[in-house]
Amino acid sequence: MALRCMDLYKSFGQVQALAGLWIEFQPGVTAIVGPNGAGKTTLLNVLTGFLKPDRGRCLVGARDITGLSPDRIARMGIARTFQDLRLITQVSVLENVLLAMPPERGERLFWALFGGGRAASEDRAREEARNLLRSVGVEQKASSLAGEISYGQQKLLSLACCIASCASIVLLDEPVAGLDVVVASQVMNILRRLGSDGKVTVFIEHDISAVRCVADVVVVMDEGRIVAQGRPEEVLTRPEIAEVYLA
Amino acid sequence: MTYAGHVLILVGIYVVLASSLQLVAGYAGLLSVSHAAFYGIGAYTAALLAVRGVSEFPASVCASYVLGYVLGIGVGWLTVRVRDDYFAIATFAFNLVVVSVLNNCVWVTGGPMGVAGIPAPRVFGVEASSLGAMLALVYSVALLSLLLCYRIARSPYGRVLRGMREDEVFVLSQGRNVRYYKLTVFATGAAVAAVAGCLYAFYVKFVDPTSFSVGESVFLLSIVIIGGLGSFWGGVIGATVGVVVPEALRFLGLPVAQVGNLREIIYGIALILMMLARPQGLVGRFRLDVE
Repeated sequence: MALRCMDLYKSFGQVQALAGLWIEFQPGVTAIVGPNGAGKTTLLNVLTGFLKPDRGRCLVGARDITGLSPDRIARMGIARTFQDLRLITQVSVLENVLLAMPPERGERLFWALFGGGRAASEDRAREEARNLLRSVGVEQKASSLAGEISYGQQKLLSLACCIASCASIVLLDEPVAGLDVVVASQVMNILRRLGSDGKVTVFIEHDISAVRCVADVVVVMDEGRIVAQGRPEEVLTRPEIAEVYLA
Repeated sequence: MTYAGHVLILVGIYVVLASSLQLVAGYAGLLSVSHAAFYGIGAYTAALLAVRGVSEFPASVCASYVLGYVLGIGVGWLTVRVRDDYFAIATFAFNLVVVSVLNNCVWVTGGPMGVAGIPAPRVFGVEASSLGAMLALVYSVALLSLLLCYRIARSPYGRVLRGMREDEVFVLSQGRNVRYYKLTVFATGAAVAAVAGCLYAFYVKFVDPTSFSVGESVFLLSIVIIGGLGSFWGGVIGATVGVVVPEALRFLGLPVAQVGNLREIIYGIALILMMLARPQGLVGRFRLDVE
């Protein structure tokens, strides 16, 4: 299922963050690169409902998601991470993953009060969450508070949360920024896996080597527009792109 | 024995209040300054029904619960749109409105004179006028409110509340409708506080607006913070400390007029010390100073 943006505009006062942006994200891994202020994070915020566009539409398949609330968009199968790493730091790593899983019956007040003992579905969910943590390499920290694990492990946890949501579209804001080589390579492997599972995986990144390594498609943004799009080896070698982005 | 029974009954009523506020403030992170208003609404509901001949305890509890829940939904619908300090101010304003209504709707509430002559509660036709019967009623309700608190805290619903307390954006981005959780937990807390009011009215046999002021709401919030926000036992311990310490001051031989003032001073100092030395409260885990 593709994610499309049609003629998106978004401004903050005099600053035009998105200026008539058209793009279609297909299953596989797409990297968005561009200088600071190019509108990359604004695009993610518009796509996930945290910002409303001034004009234009966002579609998942044929379904218009423009202006829907973030929780509705998330329930439609769009997961995301944030640049400033949002996790529930005062609960356990496992509980963070459980919170990211698709909503269950016990999350309604009535069932919480009258639903009998701990449901079998809750035990299943815990088992699934442990498996997920194992697959991203932080299973040994399952009982630790999310605020007490290392930055790299927190990044892996935020990816585990995206996977746990069973979303078909995953939007990641700088997933390898600030990571050492080992954890960065773990993150890149997870991105590849998401792409090969047929998910629309879009990530914003400044680390060009990570982009070359993982992305099937690279999109270059500047001043709220797409200035280039294509395979990384084609796009990133163009002199005009190097001038805009690597200057 | 009578005096100890009186203290135990007050502790029981405050356990109900503290556990209900624990749901709202401790688990969901909504620092409500209107809990005493719902407490008062429950107390007046029971009092007005009782003086008109309906003193059946289960009926009064149901009426208080339903009215508390409905008003909780209404107030929550207006106030949960704003967050943090703004939410506290909005709920503070609601408490002021309720006290003002209680003072001014004299033909219904008796105004500043309150409602006196509340008869003893009846349970399925049997009058519960003795201290022992009142203790049984209060602690049955306290146990039920603790059970409710426990069920919610241990459920997936409680997990979403804890997530929301710390980071609403994260919870929203995981597809949870934050407004549903805020509204339902606020209304549930309000309804249980109203039931505590029902117990208070039947025990004291007199209600007036001074018992449900903003000061009382702040006091309730302070006992939950002292006990420990987000902790099951925090509400119980906070309520016990909040009732027993002022009672203990009686034995210092101070004039009665000074005991009330001393209570305010002690809670003020206790709150400051608690925020400095143990922000998570006596038995709490959650700190208010989240960075």
